[in-house]
Amino acid sequence: MCGIVGLHLRNPELYPRLGELLTGMLCEMQDRGADSAGIAVYGHHEWAPAGRCTVSLIDEGLDAGEVGAALTTALGDRVHAAHVGGVVLAHAEASPTALMAAVRTAYPDVLVGGFGEDLAVLKGVGTPRALAERWGLASAGGWQGVGHTRMATESAVTPAGAHPYAVGPGECLVHNGSFSNHATIRRELRAAGVTFDSENDTEVGAHFVAQQLAAGKDVASALTELTRTFDGFYTLLVSDRDSFAVVRDAIACKPAVIAETGDWVAMASEYRALAHLPGIASARIWEPEPEVIYAWTRAAVPA
Amino acid sequence: MSAADTTFDLARVPLREVNQALHAPGLSGSFVIEGAAGAHNVAVGLDAPVSVTVEGHVGYYAAGMNQQAEVTIHGNAGTGLAENMMSGSVHVTGNASQSAGATGRGGLLVIDGDAGARCGISLKGLDIVVGGSVGHMSAFMAQRGRLVVRGDAGEALGDSVYEARIYLRGTATSLGADCVEKAMGPEHLAELAGLLKAAGYDDDPTTYTRLGSARTLYHFHADNSY
Repeated sequence: MCGIVGLHLRNPELYPRLGELLTGMLCEMQDRGADSAGIAVYGHHEWAPAGRCTVSLIDEGLDAGEVGAALTTALGDRVHAAHVGGVVLAHAEASPTALMAAVRTAYPDVLVGGFGEDLAVLKGVGTPRALAERWGLASAGGWQGVGHTRMATESAVTPAGAHPYAVGPGECLVHNGSFSNHATIRRELRAAGVTFDSENDTEVGAHFVAQQLAAGKDVASALTELTRTFDGFYTLLVSDRDSFAVVRDAIACKPAVIAETGDWVAMASEYRALAHLPGIASARIWEPEPEVIYAWTRAAVPA
Repeated sequence: MSAADTTFDLARVPLREVNQALHAPGLSGSFVIEGAAGAHNVAVGLDAPVSVTVEGHVGYYAAGMNQQAEVTIHGNAGTGLAENMMSGSVHVTGNASQSAGATGRGGLLVIDGDAGARCGISLKGLDIVVGGSVGHMSAFMAQRGRLVVRGDAGEALGDSVYEARIYLRGTATSLGADCVEKAMGPEHLAELAGLLKAAGYDDDPTTYTRLGSARTLYHFHADNSY
């Protein structure tokens, strides 16, 4: 099964409530899979301070102080690191490329959950409710959040097998479903120099989208290309710091509901994950059509 | 239990208790269910001449296997609405997700809004009236019953349809295998008028197209002579 949730806030007054709302959405989808879970939060002022690049190191054993010191040495510039429930979030006033290079120098084998500006990715093995509590998600703020509850089908129950897959700078992808031709596409991507953290089919989709975006396509065009390339059944939610997009496979096999108000756009696998959002009673609610790309862009970057 | 306007609030009473109360022997009267908040399996397996009103959106399989009861849902419904319904009626004021009325054998299902993919899949006698449009592969392998669509239909409408009848006011993106347009005779106009009236609509039946099986799939051709 797996469950997807996403919330794109339009009204800045709701930014302080992002984590609280996302926690409710995520935990409501726990019944769809609870072996692992993950979230991506855009705009949290402590997890991913504005004007800095943040990297998420998914490793229970890391000490934040040591990570900060090691990355500072490797980068040659001050790196701040903090521990958030099994994940170390490290950030610096450096480009994503430079900070990632430092991470790979200091910690070549540690799983990177995500990297980029304004983005913090937290994921791990466990129930969504337990993980959300561990991360303190309910008190997080920001302008956009994505979450995933996993019922593993395509690869092991490990942090590397958990969603989101945030493999491009500031990007993030969560998936409900299964790609049937992922092995073929994985070989092609590997041949093009892409490295993978897991055998998960979703990671192939994420790298494919990242490659499209790196080539200069916008999110909608990248997802259109994905529908032409990937077989299988899927509902995908793809985000970066400014956009939020949903696409379903050609026969709309996996569930998806979108709701929209003047204050927010939300997407979930089932309506019940949206039922407690403020203003839901007057929201426009619909199911996305097969292979239609639904995309929203953030109107303005908040101060 | 016999009651007039007994109200259950799913925010306070577990769904299992509500459904069990609605399964009580000799049940009659009318019931209101509040606080559904997208819950699955609301008002399933009813088998009594009762009226049940649900205030708010429901999740999967609402009013499934219904017999005798008149169920009204003020909101949207998730996947598998009124699945395998036997008799009675189910009315949704909003939209329904995929597979609404799947395998339904009798009664009337009315969806005022749109229905998603595969509406009326494997229909076996239920009548479905959709106020808006239906998604792709609606009435797929429908064997008996009627599907009325006041709006448009997605791809492959009536794919591999058997003896079910489809009445479409708008246009279909495409017709599925063995689904063809058929002449609208007086008996069909009368039948459609009756269905529309039962669902609370007064459209002119002559604005509809009748679709059904060309019956070429009844015989299996094994010679691969394309």
